[in-house]
Amino acid sequence: MNTAIERFDESARRRVGAFGRTVVHPGELVRHPLYTRVLHWSVAVFFIFALLSGFAIYSPWLYHWLTPLFGGGATTRLLHPWFSLGFVLFFAFQFLNWLVPMTWTGDDRRWTRRMKEFVSNTEPVEPEYVDFFNAGQKLYFWAIAVSAIVFLISGIPMWFPKTFGRPLVGVGYVLHDIAALIMLVGFIIHLYEGTAAQPGTFQAMTRGTVERRWAWTHHPAWYRRATGRDPRADYDRARARLMQRASDD
Amino acid sequence: MPTGTLQIRAISAHTGSIPGRGVQREEEVCKYIDVTTCIGCKACEVACVEWNDMPFQQTSFDNTYQTMPSTSWNYWNLIKFNEHQRDDGTQMWLMRKDQCMHCEDPGCLRACPADGAIVQYTNGIVDFQQENCIGCQYCVSGCPFDIPKFNSTTKKVYKCTLCSDRVGQGLEPACIKSCPTGCLRFGTKSDMRALADARAKQLREHSGFPNAGVYDPPSIGGTHVIYVLHDITKPELYGGLPANPQIPPTFTMWKRFAKPVALMLSLFAVPVAFFHYVTQGPKEPQPPSAGFDGSGPPPDHGAPRPPQPPSGVSR
Repeated sequence: MNTAIERFDESARRRVGAFGRTVVHPGELVRHPLYTRVLHWSVAVFFIFALLSGFAIYSPWLYHWLTPLFGGGATTRLLHPWFSLGFVLFFAFQFLNWLVPMTWTGDDRRWTRRMKEFVSNTEPVEPEYVDFFNAGQKLYFWAIAVSAIVFLISGIPMWFPKTFGRPLVGVGYVLHDIAALIMLVGFIIHLYEGTAAQPGTFQAMTRGTVERRWAWTHHPAWYRRATGRDPRADYDRARARLMQRASDD
Repeated sequence: MPTGTLQIRAISAHTGSIPGRGVQREEEVCKYIDVTTCIGCKACEVACVEWNDMPFQQTSFDNTYQTMPSTSWNYWNLIKFNEHQRDDGTQMWLMRKDQCMHCEDPGCLRACPADGAIVQYTNGIVDFQQENCIGCQYCVSGCPFDIPKFNSTTKKVYKCTLCSDRVGQGLEPACIKSCPTGCLRFGTKSDMRALADARAKQLREHSGFPNAGVYDPPSIGGTHVIYVLHDITKPELYGGLPANPQIPPTFTMWKRFAKPVALMLSLFAVPVAFFHYVTQGPKEPQPPSAGFDGSGPPPDHGAPRPPQPPSGVSR
């Protein structure tokens, strides 16, 4: 099963990769191949459209703000399920693409127990065991996966209420809202973490590369696997050099 | 459809005040339906289709006198027929005129997310405004009587207007005007309620229907269409009239209270993120590339590394 998924992912990465390039400057590592980036932004576009068109209908306070973006209430309602299907479809590929690095491990339990320290930035670098994704990223990934399923199974009765009947629609409506709220909070955090909170992260999803020091700071275990070098030693050496230069001045 | 003369009491998914509310005092109207004197002639069905100028549709025959299985987007008024065997073995032929009940607390209006798609007039009529309807069909789920019907071509929902266009001009609804037996009447809610109570009392005391009563369900604040039934304890016999009609909690507790609060709490993530940045600062790749005092060395890209190849292209 897993090997079949990996084989599929490999061939998809190869084929989509042939459409473009990932330029690696000196001192950089490839983080996200083209296939991953294309998937991410496809998911992102459909997600944002689905989010905005959904929240337009969510509340009377948002209705007049958000429906004009889609050409009025009726077209908002018409487009929302299709945006959502686009999101679910692309996320399904994203899910397969990231299933292996997103697998929850004992290290992630250790990480979540110390989450407060990481949120308050008390540690300059992440613990040695943080691999390609940290537990926070994995939580967001699995929250999206579960929400996508909830959206789908609650959304279809809402789309065809006559077929599914009142009770199912009534329950589906609440589940749909809860999933949407979880996604909204997750999305706000994701936007912040991917841009302002962690400089150097955004380019991982645009150009596909990160600086080496970004890698040993945020994902030391991945740095070790990708370069074959010791992240802590490299960090200490870089720090010593910087101190030296500062004292030279 | 809208009329110029009716005052509006409630608007679906509307924020802010309701224009013109409370300017004039208006009597609440009510349709009185005495099922015990209905003869099932369907004159009201024809009058409804005629007055509202709706195209007739093909129907299906299911071995009853009923015109079609249920009301539809262009058929708002339907006599429901039920052959009922009583405990003593005798037969009763129950006929109930099914249409929008014009609830005092309308589930459709509560469920509707589109501003102005459903309005309730001061006189109690609940009316759909198709130009504002977005076709989401939440009203279908909000209605305890299965009344709003979706037209998949126009993507709008339709139902009985209680002839708001006629009532606005001081006329009675078309169905009332056409009724030959007087089982349908139209007037103020209090008058119709008094009439119904008197008729139910008459049925109980003189006609051998000890359970006769008036259907005006308090669970939704009463309705602006009331029935006199032979047996108020079994309203389901009359084409599935619910004994205790309820608006799903989804559209009351959840939509009215939980949703706005939950949205506010969720959006709280924005200031939290902003103040996290202000108080904790960004998490820079380490060591920071700029000098400690800003006048230091040029950006340093980290560890000593083997001689670098020129910028490469990786596929």
